[in-house]
Amino acid sequence: MDTFIAYLIPGIFTGAAYAIAASGLVLTYTTTRVFNIAHGAFGMVMSFIFWDFSQKQGLPVWLSLILVLGLVAPLTGLLVQRFIARGLGEAPVSVSLVVTVGLFVGLIGAAQAIWKPEPRFVPPLFADELGNDKSITIGETVVTAQQMITVGASIAVAVGLYLLLTRTRIGTAMRASVDNPELLKLYGGKPDTVAGLSWAIGISLAALGGILLVPAVGLDYYQLTLLVINAYAAAMVGRLKNLPLTFVGAMALGIADSMALGYISTDSVFADIRPVIPPLFLFAALVLLPQAQLRIGQVKGIVSAPVPSVPRMVVTGGVFLVVLLAVVSPMSEANLLLVGTAATYAMVMLSLVLLTGYGGHVSLAQLTFAGVGALAYAKLDSPNLYGLLMSALIAVAVGALVALPVLRLTGLYLALSTLAFGVLMDKVVFQNERAFGFGGALEAQRLSFFGNTVETTQAYVMVMGVFFVLVAIGILLLRRGVLGRLLVAMRDSPAACGTLGLDLRWARVGLFGLSAGVAGLAGALFAGLRGTIGAADFQYFNSLPLLLLAVVFGVTSVTGATLGGIGLMLLPVLSGSNPIAGGIVFLIIGFGAVFAGRDPNGLANLLFRLGRLLQTRVLNRIDLNLPQLPSTAAFTRTKTPTREVSGGELFDDGYGEPTPVAVGAGSVPGTDRTKEGQ
Amino acid sequence: MSLLEVDDVVVQFGGVTAVNHATFEAEAGRVTGLIGPNGAGKTTCFNVISGLQRPTKGKVRFNGRTVTSVPVHRRSKRGMGRTFQRLEAFGSLTVRENVRVALDIHRGLVGVLKPAKSDIDGLLERVGIRAYADERADSIPTGTARLLELARCLAGDPRLLLLDEPSSGLDETETDAFGDLLRDLAAEGRGILMVEHDMDLVMGVCDTIRVLDFGEVIAVGEPAAIRADKRVQQAYLGYSDDEPEHAAGEPGGSDTEQTLVIPAVPVSEGATS
Repeated sequence: MDTFIAYLIPGIFTGAAYAIAASGLVLTYTTTRVFNIAHGAFGMVMSFIFWDFSQKQGLPVWLSLILVLGLVAPLTGLLVQRFIARGLGEAPVSVSLVVTVGLFVGLIGAAQAIWKPEPRFVPPLFADELGNDKSITIGETVVTAQQMITVGASIAVAVGLYLLLTRTRIGTAMRASVDNPELLKLYGGKPDTVAGLSWAIGISLAALGGILLVPAVGLDYYQLTLLVINAYAAAMVGRLKNLPLTFVGAMALGIADSMALGYISTDSVFADIRPVIPPLFLFAALVLLPQAQLRIGQVKGIVSAPVPSVPRMVVTGGVFLVVLLAVVSPMSEANLLLVGTAATYAMVMLSLVLLTGYGGHVSLAQLTFAGVGALAYAKLDSPNLYGLLMSALIAVAVGALVALPVLRLTGLYLALSTLAFGVLMDKVVFQNERAFGFGGALEAQRLSFFGNTVETTQAYVMVMGVFFVLVAIGILLLRRGVLGRLLVAMRDSPAACGTLGLDLRWARVGLFGLSAGVAGLAGALFAGLRGTIGAADFQYFNSLPLLLLAVVFGVTSVTGATLGGIGLMLLPVLSGSNPIAGGIVFLIIGFGAVFAGRDPNGLANLLFRLGRLLQTRVLNRIDLNLPQLPSTAAFTRTKTPTREVSGGELFDDGYGEPTPVAVGAGSVPGTDRTKEGQ
Repeated sequence: MSLLEVDDVVVQFGGVTAVNHATFEAEAGRVTGLIGPNGAGKTTCFNVISGLQRPTKGKVRFNGRTVTSVPVHRRSKRGMGRTFQRLEAFGSLTVRENVRVALDIHRGLVGVLKPAKSDIDGLLERVGIRAYADERADSIPTGTARLLELARCLAGDPRLLLLDEPSSGLDETETDAFGDLLRDLAAEGRGILMVEHDMDLVMGVCDTIRVLDFGEVIAVGEPAAIRADKRVQQAYLGYSDDEPEHAAGEPGGSDTEQTLVIPAVPVSEGATS
């Protein structure tokens, strides 16, 4: 019994802190329809600011608390709403997820750049001179002042939110904003004010949750940020709208977490479960969510990079391989490994082109699927095409399995389930002794073709290049064909697909499986390249910068994936071993995604435009300088523009007759078709 | 036995009752109109029938079988097709590709293997938007997009068509042609249930009309009878025979419905078919 109480009290304490953070998340989501993945990151940054004020600058604790909770946090919330989150609620879920993941990564980067890593101590709010918390003893259990304050604060937050939402005019407007912000505007309400207020309160609550937890978990960039998963889980119990249920969920999670610590011993078979109770809880809450109804009136008609014709794909692929050969021929072993790593990342990003670019779904654990492929390849120990195929198929199965329990869910929930899956795989499977082992390494052999092993790294990198080109062509062909059309149709209007007779659930499972398979193939090839692989190569957190770079460079095109792969490979090279530089790199990527994330065509699209512009200019100049030979002029004037710019051929399904359109006049209003140069 | 039977359906959103014990049916080979003021629950009824919304209470029977808990896509396979009030065209695809997707879904593997150009163009021709075949669906006019939704629907050869305000965005000539098309489709034996605000069209094309107000069916009958029904006139059409001068000010006849007043000269079926 004593043990029970001894673990119950800390459980209630953590539950109360989760409840504070989770209610902020729910408040922001219900009023603005933006699920703030970066909620925990805001809590982390605010805790650092609190430390800065109270410890570094030496301000009194109470003043620091007032400054952070009453000024810095709400102001940050207002600024975020005004400059980043505005209008995000009406955007596709994939966009709002990418933008908030961008904030997540950017804030971690900012914290690393501003407060360099070193041990920091944040004493409890009512600490004595030695930094020890005041406490009282109930029976044999010690209850600290910090714990009591946390529980008290959570009750105050609950009561405060209840009064705000039910007893004040602005609270009524907040509730109205949930249903219909446009209507609210018509009735004289100000949705922007409401959204600003809810962001301000949301960030303040994240800050309060973080500050209260800091003495217990330590002032750490990741540790504090990831506490947000616990807040997600609690919020999901309240189905992202019900505050009382969110509090219940938070308490249940806090207590379960604490009890696991008390009752599951370290040598038990369930010992691995202890650190993953929150993601398990999140997964369970998601599985138990009711069937999502298909939404009508969603955003549709996304302008995306066009699909090149088959000859063009083949030629560009060939050119790419020739260039790759020329580049890798004189390279050192170390640089070859970097190129191979870039190819791996690029191929994982191809899987995102399929899933996010074409399908409109977001995966926050794409690197985990690569890890599954790598693990399967190493464990199968058959380093040939059969082994490679099996590894990819295993990844397909795992990808489908992740989507299966949450078959009924869409968008945000599906993305969150991938996040929970990433954490689970990382902590339970990858770090397990039977897999990679914690800090361990697993050996993998180089690939062989019909008995001939690819010995040199140079040749192996070329093999990876060939696979990349094949997969890219495969994905582009898929986009041109019946499946691609279906994917786009599903993205544009799931409701119409349903009423036309398409079972979206299975289509979604298939899409997740296929995308995971591509990532798994990349992972397996990577294992062969490196020779030894470990859990550190596939940390779930790294899936986030991967997603962001894919979007920044363009998640709708193969070109975007290629550039993104190179970019991601360069990150550690750029930051080297300097954590501040690393922080700045994260900062740039994160905030780059915040501002570029609204256009999934990314930087690749700029390239296409530039290419088109150059082509137009050059063609015109050639035209002007050419002697008026009828055959040449006729060829350049009609043939080329028809292929490059007209709507007919790029979206040709083999039936349409392309309409010749002059250069520059080829885009239909609302469209922007540019050529894709792989 | 009717093709579609909506039996005592109730839909509640929180404290609001959107559909209140609605009971009505739609017959094969006939055009049934579902009219009522904005917010009367017409689109919610459509969502319940097509499976996008679960009713709080009540049943939907289609073709003699209860489909209340059958998923959306399976209702479509059984012969239900619908269009949307707020457009749901696949905006990133061309008009032709929109219909092609519908054919692919309907035919499954066979559809993938069999060239379908003539089928697609036939459907586009039938609804009169062949000229837009190569345009992106998010760049065509609203009325055309509604016809595209109808063409897409017809690709599945449905026995029941649920049309949600299909004529909004069409001009007078196009509406007349659309009325003819509806009569043709009904003559092929399809049941058509139509939510529509254009009273000329409704009165001219429908065989039967059901009037909804505050989620309840307040009147059922042929166009002439509906036109004469006092309750309908007050709740929806915006005037009653006794006091025509108060037309738009009556409760239920909101300002947005002012254009819906029945024309002075009754339109007979013969005029449009």
